[in-house]
Amino acid sequence: MISAGIDIGSRTIKVVLLENNNIIFSKVIDNSFNPIETCRSVLNGHPYNTITSTGYGRHLFADYFQSEVISEIKAFSIGIHHVLPNARTILDIGGQDTKAIAIDENGAVRKFEMNDKCAAGTGRFLEIMAMALRFSLDEFGYQALSTNESVNINSMCAVFAESEIISMLAKGEDRSKIARGIYFSVIKKSMAILKRVGLQKEIAFAGGGAKSIALKTLMEEVYQQPVFVPENPQIMGALGCALYSQSKLLANNPR
Amino acid sequence: MSDYKEMWSSLGLDLETHDAVLNLVGKTYQDVFLSQNNRPKGMEYFDFVVSEIHGLRIKELLDAKAEGRKIVGTFCVFVPEEIVLAVNAICVGLCAGAELGFEAAEEYIPRNTCSLIKSAFGFKLAKVCPYIEATDLIVGENTCDGKKKAYEAYGNIVDNLYIMDIPQMKSEAGRALLKSEYKKFADKLEEITGVKLTVENLKKGIETVNNKRKAILRLANLRAANPVPISGLDVLLANQVYFYDNPERFTASVNAICDELEQRIEKGEGVFPKDAPRILLSGCPMAIPNWKIPNIIETSGAIVVGEEMCTGERGSQKLTNDNANTVDQLLDNIVDRYFQIDCAVFTPNQTRYEHIKEMAKKYKADGVLHYSLQFCQPYQIEAISVEKNLEKEGIPVLNIETDYSQEDIGQLKTRIEAFIERLKK
Repeated sequence: MISAGIDIGSRTIKVVLLENNNIIFSKVIDNSFNPIETCRSVLNGHPYNTITSTGYGRHLFADYFQSEVISEIKAFSIGIHHVLPNARTILDIGGQDTKAIAIDENGAVRKFEMNDKCAAGTGRFLEIMAMALRFSLDEFGYQALSTNESVNINSMCAVFAESEIISMLAKGEDRSKIARGIYFSVIKKSMAILKRVGLQKEIAFAGGGAKSIALKTLMEEVYQQPVFVPENPQIMGALGCALYSQSKLLANNPR
Repeated sequence: MSDYKEMWSSLGLDLETHDAVLNLVGKTYQDVFLSQNNRPKGMEYFDFVVSEIHGLRIKELLDAKAEGRKIVGTFCVFVPEEIVLAVNAICVGLCAGAELGFEAAEEYIPRNTCSLIKSAFGFKLAKVCPYIEATDLIVGENTCDGKKKAYEAYGNIVDNLYIMDIPQMKSEAGRALLKSEYKKFADKLEEITGVKLTVENLKKGIETVNNKRKAILRLANLRAANPVPISGLDVLLANQVYFYDNPERFTASVNAICDELEQRIEKGEGVFPKDAPRILLSGCPMAIPNWKIPNIIETSGAIVVGEEMCTGERGSQKLTNDNANTVDQLLDNIVDRYFQIDCAVFTPNQTRYEHIKEMAKKYKADGVLHYSLQFCQPYQIEAISVEKNLEKEGIPVLNIETDYSQEDIGQLKTRIEAFIERLKK
């Protein structure tokens, strides 16, 4: 029996297929203007017995594919608990949302917080800032780690922060210091929502944002404690969904 | 509906915009209310009221005006309806529940003003609220700083604004202030209506308003049942219509629904499956047609079992004692009743926290959703204590901050669904 999970995010779509608790397939692809077609193509040739969807496209997907639906908060909790059973606090930095989730020893959600309805502190914010500095994402992170000094970024709004950066560049400010400052502004924002859920050890960091080594490294510096990033942080929501599908299958087909 | 065109023109409404607003409200009502399953038959009354929201009720008000009665418009539960009714005037809550005319409003008030205040300006400036146009007196009450200062600007766009001061502490001096403000208000009403307050008319006013409160509280109490016999949306609607309907007819209609619900409860019937997660709403008022949050909750598998808000029990709880022999004593009783309202403009406001807990227990809520409007500091600040207080006692809380726009529905849905998942375990 194969159980599937799909996380339809604002920037990317993630799929995980599980058989007997083992990941037999996983994929991350860019989302498009037609999310359902993109889902169809990524699932094509990968049969499954049951599927669960999450992410902003979760209900749309369910309309077309008869999936179970769970929230991203639940999906990430299940996924992280599976790969990092000691995690009690999860930070998920995704394309348009940042979430902090407190979970108990069974992986159940105790509390959660999300960013306000704006891009500040999200993965998209970092992308826009990298573009403003004319860096690729990889180089953006590398540059931020290349210096010990940082420039303070005051604007929390992505649009205002971009113009703030442009005027810094015009003043001849060092790009690496600006890059480092941008990372710190995202970390400060995430710290605020983490504190609201309690910040219990251990901290797991997931979502597309967790692919950034710079973000993890600077986070550990600010939080003064280790931050655990799973092997493939972007697929934790899809993995959580696949595990949820698996538990449903087991409940319906007891061996 | 075309029958009312002349009436609306005579009130100076912008017919084109007004048509668009009515169409939108009608469509939203269709999607949100008429799509619900297994509604009580008695809700047909409210369907009718909403379909005639700017029609029949306005005609009634204008007919009453033609007979010499005065119309008093309000924005707050601190305006004592008993006194308004005593002098044979009519009390109506004014439109402030939709994102309308915000750009025009921002000429008078800053962008970071809460949606409710902006909406009050927007409805007036866009010329789409027949209630505002039908009023003889509009009461602006000094509750929060936002409203207090906004009324200064509001005075520039309406010519019948009356300012009523409201205390901020439940002290002796605070009570004395409320008493003197209610007396001043009574004087003003006597002046514009030419009717003097008497023990008799004041007692009658108290009786009418108390009956309305008793009916809406009776409706609230029936929601303790499992399964719940009526949706939270339908009860919210009743609480919204409470502010502008004919009070006697409203009372009778709500009582008829209660009779029907009692039969439902006896048969174990509900609008949602038994044991569906139960949510108590708390926070800022939800003026008509603001149905955003309860609609998300009730289309995500949970049911709203109570409203700790002005359009709910904060506004309607506690009756006015009519046991007195002089007008002044009756005014004292009215002051005593209103002075208990635990609005977030008061400091400290301990009774509100207690009331939320009491309601959560009474209606067997699995969790509390605290709703604050963006830029509403009093409720946003209290939200933090509400959350800490309740979570400490094991009651899950979700704090939501939003406005009248529809753009954040996706994000809100994610949060609310995740909250419901948390309540289910």
